[in-house]
Amino acid sequence: MNKALSVNSLLSINDLNINDLNLIYKTATYFKEIINRPIKKVPTLRDITIANLFFENSTRTKISFELAEKRLSSDIINFSAQYSSLNKGESLIDTVNNILAMKVDIIVLRHPSPGAAFFLSKNINSIIINAGDGSHEHPTQALLDSFSLMEKFGDLKNKNIAIVGDILHSRVALSNIYVLKKMGVNIRVCGPKTLIPRNIESLGVDISYDLIDTLKWCDAVNMLRVQNERMNLKFFPSNREYSQMYGLNNDVMKKLNNEIIILHPGPINRGVEISSEIADSDQAIILDQVENGVAIRMAVIYLLAKNIKIKNAD
Amino acid sequence: MSKRVLLSENKIDIILNRFCCQLIENHRDLSNTALIGLQPRGVYLLNKIVSLLEENFKIKKIKKGKLDTTFFRDDFRRSNKPISASSTEIDFSIEGKSIVLIDDVLYTGRTIRSALTAIDSYGRPKSIELLVLIDRRFSRHLPIQPDYLGVQVDAIDGDRVKVLWNETDLKDIVYIEKKYE
Repeated sequence: MNKALSVNSLLSINDLNINDLNLIYKTATYFKEIINRPIKKVPTLRDITIANLFFENSTRTKISFELAEKRLSSDIINFSAQYSSLNKGESLIDTVNNILAMKVDIIVLRHPSPGAAFFLSKNINSIIINAGDGSHEHPTQALLDSFSLMEKFGDLKNKNIAIVGDILHSRVALSNIYVLKKMGVNIRVCGPKTLIPRNIESLGVDISYDLIDTLKWCDAVNMLRVQNERMNLKFFPSNREYSQMYGLNNDVMKKLNNEIIILHPGPINRGVEISSEIADSDQAIILDQVENGVAIRMAVIYLLAKNIKIKNAD
Repeated sequence: MSKRVLLSENKIDIILNRFCCQLIENHRDLSNTALIGLQPRGVYLLNKIVSLLEENFKIKKIKKGKLDTTFFRDDFRRSNKPISASSTEIDFSIEGKSIVLIDDVLYTGRTIRSALTAIDSYGRPKSIELLVLIDRRFSRHLPIQPDYLGVQVDAIDGDRVKVLWNETDLKDIVYIEKKYE
């Protein structure tokens, strides 16, 4: 196995090859052991500064990145769009270049526009980690989802994984499809017709509009949240109707004969896409995903930081 | 480059037996002692010492662990050699224990320094000692010396000391490859 990543930034899962993926998973297992020690910190990145630029609301991802950075002993700058000079008319590139002028090594970017991280990488000279760009991609989430699945199943080859819900607006869906395809998983997306993007079968996934049938087919299901904040028109009549058709609850589970693992990227809308009793059941690995998120992000940051050269080093 | 045998299988056996006696002399039944092998190559030495202590010296319930120091090293990003991590397995509390760190070769001392930092994350041991099979004299970067020592060898930069174990390399043997004679 190669011991370095083939990329300098993490913009899209599609840029990673299978070697990169395995290296990230392997490194993450070591970091997972470290974050379960009495002292959860390593001094590896003590001379690295990381800026977390969040142009969109986030709880889990922001805290997860922040913790990952702190556990690697790097210095952190947190930036939230609400309180910044963007409101005074400064452009994204100018903002980032000003931050880089203060000797920042790595940028973690969350932005509402699809392709924002890619755009930035073309215009500035720094390591960039895409922490979600609009409805496009969320690479670290896909890595932690697949890592959590591997913990349960071992090898994912030929496993059946379903992604259910708002596929159209979900960056988690696209990144998950990319990463699971690379690992040889059979993928099926399921949701109301209005929330399944056209031509998605060209990515090599099946489509189903029947939740029960999909659940009977799969080994694990990733339940996605309905992204109301990205909807400018009505895609389904009401939350109540959505949850009757595509919500995961005890009644649905009773109709299945197979054990399935349930993932959810969060935040959960309890009672809409997943009921409380299912979200808190043993089959749901939602909190494992959150724990693995820190380990995966530590691995990504660590592996990318390896490329930063030190001046005067022999 | 010339290559000669530094330690034969027989000599290694004698040294391992001596290690066991020395450990028992200082730590008695090893009930409050933990032996920790440094990943990757120190673990072979650890396993040999532990099985000797159990079989020939009838010491039971030895606490042993593996420690990986990759993320604590000070040459991250400074060396062109790829660094890859190994697993750490310490499934007991080290609080108040006497720790013996075990490695095959002591060279610059930087691995030991990083191990001293890494072991900190598990608590505060009573004491830490160092056991090495080979001590490369005159090449230390840090003030670190072994407490238990197999042999000392004069090796300058560029020379290579190779420790082979029967688990991976068919037999136990130590070579030294001299750059200049």
